Amino acid sequence: MEKRNNVWANVDWITISIYLAMMLIGWVNIYAAVYNQEHKSIFDMTQQYGKQLIWIFAAIFIAVLMINTDSKFFVSFSFPMYLFFILILFLVLFIGKEINGARSWIEIGNFLIQPSEFMKMATSLAIARYISSYNFKMHSYKSLLTLCGIIFIPVGLIFLQNDTGSALVFGVFLLVLYREGLNGIVLFFTFLILLVFILTMILDPLITILILTIAAFVINYLIRKKVKRNLIGIGVFTSIFGVLWLINYLLQGTVDALYFIFAAAFISSSLFFIWAMVLRKRSLAILIGIYLGCVLFSVSVDFVFHNIMEQHQRDRINELLGIQSDVHGSGYHVNQSKIAIGSGGLFGKGFLQGTQTKFNFVPEQSTDFIFCTIGEEWGFLGTATVIGLFIGLLLRLIFLAERNHSKFSRVYGYCVATILFFHFAVNIGMTIGLAPVIGIPLPFFSYGGSSLWSFTLLLFVFVRLDASRFEQLSF
Amino acid sequence: MDTFSKRKFIIAGIMLGIAVIFIIRLFSMQILNKSYKQFATRNVLRRITVFPARGFIYDRKMNFMVYNKAAYDLLVVPREVKPFDTTELCNIIQLERVDLREALKKAKQFSYYKPSIIVGQISPDIYAPLQEKLYKYPGFFVQSRTLREYPSKSAAQILGYVGEVNQHIMESDKYYGMGDYIGVSGLEKAYEKDLRGIKGVKNSMVDVHNRIKGRYNNGEADTTAILGHNLLTGMDSKLQAYAELLMTNKRGAIVAIEPSTGEIILMVSTPSYDPNLLVGRQRGTNYGILERDSVNKPMWNRAIIGTYSPGSTFKLANALIALQVHAITPFDRFSCSGPASTPIKCTHIHVSPLAMREGIRESCNSYFWNVYRSIINRSGNVSDNYQKWRDYMVSFGFGQKIGTELTSEVKGFIPELSYYDKLYGQARWNAMTIRSNSIGQGEILATPLQMANMVSMVANRGYYITPHLVKAIQDTNRVFRELKYDKKVMDISPEYFNTVIEGMQAVVDETKLKMTVHLDNIIVCGKTGTVQNPHGADHSAFVGFAPRDNPKIAIAVFIENAGFGATYAAPIGGLLIEKYLNDSIAPKRKELEQRLIETDLLNVVQVKK
Repeated sequence: MEKRNNVWANVDWITISIYLAMMLIGWVNIYAAVYNQEHKSIFDMTQQYGKQLIWIFAAIFIAVLMINTDSKFFVSFSFPMYLFFILILFLVLFIGKEINGARSWIEIGNFLIQPSEFMKMATSLAIARYISSYNFKMHSYKSLLTLCGIIFIPVGLIFLQNDTGSALVFGVFLLVLYREGLNGIVLFFTFLILLVFILTMILDPLITILILTIAAFVINYLIRKKVKRNLIGIGVFTSIFGVLWLINYLLQGTVDALYFIFAAAFISSSLFFIWAMVLRKRSLAILIGIYLGCVLFSVSVDFVFHNIMEQHQRDRINELLGIQSDVHGSGYHVNQSKIAIGSGGLFGKGFLQGTQTKFNFVPEQSTDFIFCTIGEEWGFLGTATVIGLFIGLLLRLIFLAERNHSKFSRVYGYCVATILFFHFAVNIGMTIGLAPVIGIPLPFFSYGGSSLWSFTLLLFVFVRLDASRFEQLSF
Repeated sequence: MDTFSKRKFIIAGIMLGIAVIFIIRLFSMQILNKSYKQFATRNVLRRITVFPARGFIYDRKMNFMVYNKAAYDLLVVPREVKPFDTTELCNIIQLERVDLREALKKAKQFSYYKPSIIVGQISPDIYAPLQEKLYKYPGFFVQSRTLREYPSKSAAQILGYVGEVNQHIMESDKYYGMGDYIGVSGLEKAYEKDLRGIKGVKNSMVDVHNRIKGRYNNGEADTTAILGHNLLTGMDSKLQAYAELLMTNKRGAIVAIEPSTGEIILMVSTPSYDPNLLVGRQRGTNYGILERDSVNKPMWNRAIIGTYSPGSTFKLANALIALQVHAITPFDRFSCSGPASTPIKCTHIHVSPLAMREGIRESCNSYFWNVYRSIINRSGNVSDNYQKWRDYMVSFGFGQKIGTELTSEVKGFIPELSYYDKLYGQARWNAMTIRSNSIGQGEILATPLQMANMVSMVANRGYYITPHLVKAIQDTNRVFRELKYDKKVMDISPEYFNTVIEGMQAVVDETKLKMTVHLDNIIVCGKTGTVQNPHGADHSAFVGFAPRDNPKIAIAVFIENAGFGATYAAPIGGLLIEKYLNDSIAPKRKELEQRLIETDLLNVVQVKK
């Protein structure tokens, strides 16, 4: 009895308050999103809002259960739990039920469970368990390979289920590894590659190379503050481009401008590189090397995309990145979603007054696009509040993670924070046109038992771990 | 102890950075940018046009000539369509599967979210089973509209028809929009502005599937549709149908006018068609068939666009003018040598010499040559005399549009002075040159309407009211507004009319018309005509009116290639007068009636006599 009191005294009530507030706001907005004149009661169990209330109570039950569980359980059962969910994911490939093209659901009675949601928690536990083990060394190949295995096995299985959105979430563990000592260069290059990839796909390689070139000169200037040499460099680049273009023009060739830019970038940076090596200017050589790498990457991405991939593969990537000019494709949804949020104004149209959501202009309004309802009916005040709640929760989680002396708890805490962050960034980003339309829910807001319970589990395992931060967790 | 502890700031920084970007973006979208608000309004607001029912058309006894019946359009919103049993749907709506597929494809091309018409103007008997099964076809729905119905199946060319507006009409008149209907011919066209009513607008809130969710702004910006006005015509739809029955298998036209009011009682042009053919789904096909029928030309209204030599019926006008200009007196006698007469032979066998009453009765060509010669060649010069004669003819209504509501009316032809000057040289022609005019042949052309109007003027002893179909318009308050029509008085003394009318009475009572046109209880006046025409057998013509005093009906009957006026045109005119005035046909004339109905002048080989 005394022990239990102890736990409840040590749980972080700020986190729990934010959690409860999010669920409540989510529930009210689900009601508004799918409001049905014939079922006016928010407690009507035949409607989504009635059901969500059941999910919420069940979630609270799960939370209480987690807090009453011995924290040592999570440590010792982290690997078995991981293996158990891997097995389930594997089974889903065969017995799963297909919804919206993704075979990622299991039907248990009348309930549909999405095991990949729970996989996030299991993987987090496994990562935390492995990193906190004594023989773990971040930069040993064995440790890194094992970590990669822990992360990529579920990613692969979820990809096979055709649920790309959920699989991408696991990429966010990179931030956790970074916190635990992974070389920052990895993070830097990952960002750089992502940036170049997205720029190439969304704009085109020509503009990407130009942007990279300008960026390289700017960075070079910032590092070395030599205007004259920069100008000479720009001169060399443009004159090579000019000569090539002139030759093509005189020969009346029909070669694409992309190739001149690419050749100019390649030849001039090779010259600069040799020059930098001769003068032993290491930082310049690295800069040119990175630049050249990016240019080559951009061109090869473009080449592979247009010349090697099949049309359906191209479609899939376009879909993922939200590059669909077709108004009835994903572009239509984002557009309607932006109209919904944008038309909210400062104070919003008022509860149940949102015309965009009430009249079904926004798809998936109670699940992936629930943020639209908030934006339309509660305006900027509503959206700012939700973002404030999220950033409050995320920062609080980082604070909690950092105050835990147990490495296991800290790593797990970071896993929770970064997973929630990924969902927050991508989900809200997609509703306001800043991120590709990847169908992932907004934690604690979106309708659905599976996602609410899995996020609750994810969060409250950490709340429980944090509550026993004064105990020594043994393995 | 934890060397990487500071990295928490970088991670927290990334999170905060994203949050700040979101806040800036939301601030600009929700507060700075106002265009999203307009988009949202445009998204939900749908202006739905409410079509008022088109006005009815009544006959003079308030029987319906045109009313509306319910019809339905089947529409589809492609996005909502789920796989369905196409065969069953095709069977219900009686559509080929290929056509359904084609229509669905077109609808998808137009819009995934907005409704398109799959099949228009479905009749109620198809609608009933369709509605029962409609739940099986998500994405399909039905919208009601009205179609014209012509209960008596007659007067097709007079009532006209309605059709969908084309691009040209929409550009010239902003009232009309895509898919609206407009009167294309006949009364439907002439009274379009009265019949159509005023469209209303309903502003509704709709969801993404275009489903109506409620009224916008409590209907403050809505306007109600105003029903079309009803037309009260002077027509007798029963008599019209009877006339068309008598004209079965005959080519020609009949016009009857109530002399005292100018109301057109009937206007027949045969071959005709059932006006209901140009309604509903089959309109396009049927229109093509009617339009291409170059032999029967069923869509022609011969009563107003058919021009014929008036033949002997024209003699009445010549007689009146001669009396008025004192070229002759009623008692002046002229001799006739029958077929040996010059310059125009007379085919009729009768007493000679004869004065006006007998001249009209016997339709003596010699007599009327002398009448015409007296007009043209009297003292003074020929040009002036001809001009004077022509002016009188014009005031009879010849050579000009009479001015009914039907816009396609033609002028007919009474040659101008300059026409003959050009043809023969100035002052190089006289009565002899243009002698055919004396018996209504030659260059003279008139429509059956003009001939009826001329008789109407004779019946009125010197004036006519502009012939018209519609006498009053019933507005939305159900109040009839009488329409005023011009009275045209002629400068010919009533006593001369009485002289001519006496001759006309003699035609009916003293020739073989006594058997076919004469009525026991009513004095009927008439004049036949046998019109030579260069293209085939003679046309049979008859003009007449009754009763002699206080006339109620003036009629002109014109039957192409039917031979003597007395054979077909006169008995048909007689039966119509009898039917109109007595409301029934005397038993002794039933046989005549039957024979006339059965006479087929269209499908026999015509030989020029």
